[in-house]
Amino acid sequence: MSDEMTLYLQVWRQKDSKSKGGFQNYKVENVSGDMSFLEMLDMLNENLAREGKDPIQYDHDCREGICGACSCMINGEAHGPGKKTTTCEMHMRHFNDGDAIIIEPWRAKAFPVLKDLAVDRSAYDKIIMAGGFIEVKYGNAPEANSMMVGKEVADFAMDNAACIGCGACAAACPNASAMLFTAAKTTQLSLLPQGKVESKKRVQSMIKKMDELGFGNCTNERLCEAACPKGISIISIARMNREYMGTLLKSDY
Amino acid sequence: MSWVSSYFASSVGKKSVMALTGLSLVGFLVVHLVGNINMLIGSDAFNHYSHFLLSFEGIYVLEAVLAALFLLHAFFGLMIAFQNSQARPDSYSVQTKSGRGTTFASSTMPYTGTIILIFLILHLFDLKFGEHYSVPNEEGVRDIYKLVLVYFSKPLHVAWYIIAMISLAIHTSHGFWSAFQTLGFSHPKYDGFLRKSSIAYAVLVGAGFSFFAIWAYLQHGGNV
Ligand code: HEM
Ligand code: FES
Repeated sequence: MSDEMTLYLQVWRQKDSKSKGGFQNYKVENVSGDMSFLEMLDMLNENLAREGKDPIQYDHDCREGICGACSCMINGEAHGPGKKTTTCEMHMRHFNDGDAIIIEPWRAKAFPVLKDLAVDRSAYDKIIMAGGFIEVKYGNAPEANSMMVGKEVADFAMDNAACIGCGACAAACPNASAMLFTAAKTTQLSLLPQGKVESKKRVQSMIKKMDELGFGNCTNERLCEAACPKGISIISIARMNREYMGTLLKSDY
Repeated sequence: MSWVSSYFASSVGKKSVMALTGLSLVGFLVVHLVGNINMLIGSDAFNHYSHFLLSFEGIYVLEAVLAALFLLHAFFGLMIAFQNSQARPDSYSVQTKSGRGTTFASSTMPYTGTIILIFLILHLFDLKFGEHYSVPNEEGVRDIYKLVLVYFSKPLHVAWYIIAMISLAIHTSHGFWSAFQTLGFSHPKYDGFLRKSSIAYAVLVGAGFSFFAIWAYLQHGGNV
């Protein structure tokens, strides 16, 4: 068996956010199983550039699974078939010689396509701007152990802080709902002493913004947690819902 | 917007109404199913049980609450389904079943819900507001037992009833668990238990109600 593969790609090409897009077929040869998915696309783009054609636009930055830029749907799965992986972390050895691979951009009203596979994910930034931060002044770093945080609580906050805002949750959700993202971003703050003080105000304004931006309503389909490259669980959504329901009768003060 | 209206306009607010009304309906169905057992005891037991319920002072209030639960649940359910269809104007070309998340039940909630809604309207029309037989020698007691046996003597009625109960079972197999998740009850300690309970509940109501329809059919309208 040779470790060089030939793949048949169908890639979504769209000139700009206003144009209508469509699929284009590409044949990519000499793909090694050790390449990442993005390196495979780079190779295709080099070929396209050499032929004088417009290369495929796709987002990427860190190429090590921490920036969340490399958004795309690969054969109907956000970031492809690997569990807890981003597109940049996925190796081509997940595919076989002769495979057909269909690559589409994230599709959601709140994530308009900019060009080809690149979408505008700034809706997530807007949710953060609505309250995903701490406003109270805490001064300098406190004396270690002067603020007690249980190990499990700290771990759970950290699990949620692992969110890279890649958009896979809303992209994979049948309702294009941003609940897992918003849940992770409220949870990481609400669980810790510094974030707790504004938790009610925060959850209200972030959910309000999420709804305004045109994301759908969560119906507990659980595709978000399956797609999340950081393995964030819908337990965080339940926690955020509890917090939000609490705002009906209580406020931060 | 006041804080109350902004709560109920929000996605989580709407979902919490669905979950609370859904769970109340889940509870109502258990009471209804248990009440049906009177049918097996005999015509007297069933007619008197029904008469007892209807002669209760506050029955109109309870009926109004029940109707409101159904209407709120269906209204928010269909509204959520509509809004969600707007949230992704261009659908994906490929949808793979990765086997992770989403189930047949979870992805068909608006459809099974609509079947239940149609069923409910017909159910009230055919039975509650259906033919009025009187129990001989008992002033004002309706012979609902006879009506059930006459109604279910038609195979078509039984078949439609069972289709609706299968839809109900599918709906609640996701809905029961989903309501807890929505209301914030989700923890590895009991999530597995809730999931299993959801399936068990669905089988109980689906098979339970269907059993009574089949049993009634086998009475051949009461004239054996
Ligand atoms: C006896 C009848 C019914 C029962 C016991 C029931 C129960 C439930 C429960 C417990 C949920 C989960 C709520 C949540 O996840 O927060 C649910 C969801 C849902 N129900 Fe019903 N329901 C019934 C009738 C209906 C009707 C008549 C409709 C309307 C057409 C409907 C439409 C929906 C929809 C669309 C959902 C999905 C919402 C979601 O998953 O978040 N249901 N139902
Ligand atoms: S490029 Fe940064 S996560 Fe993939």
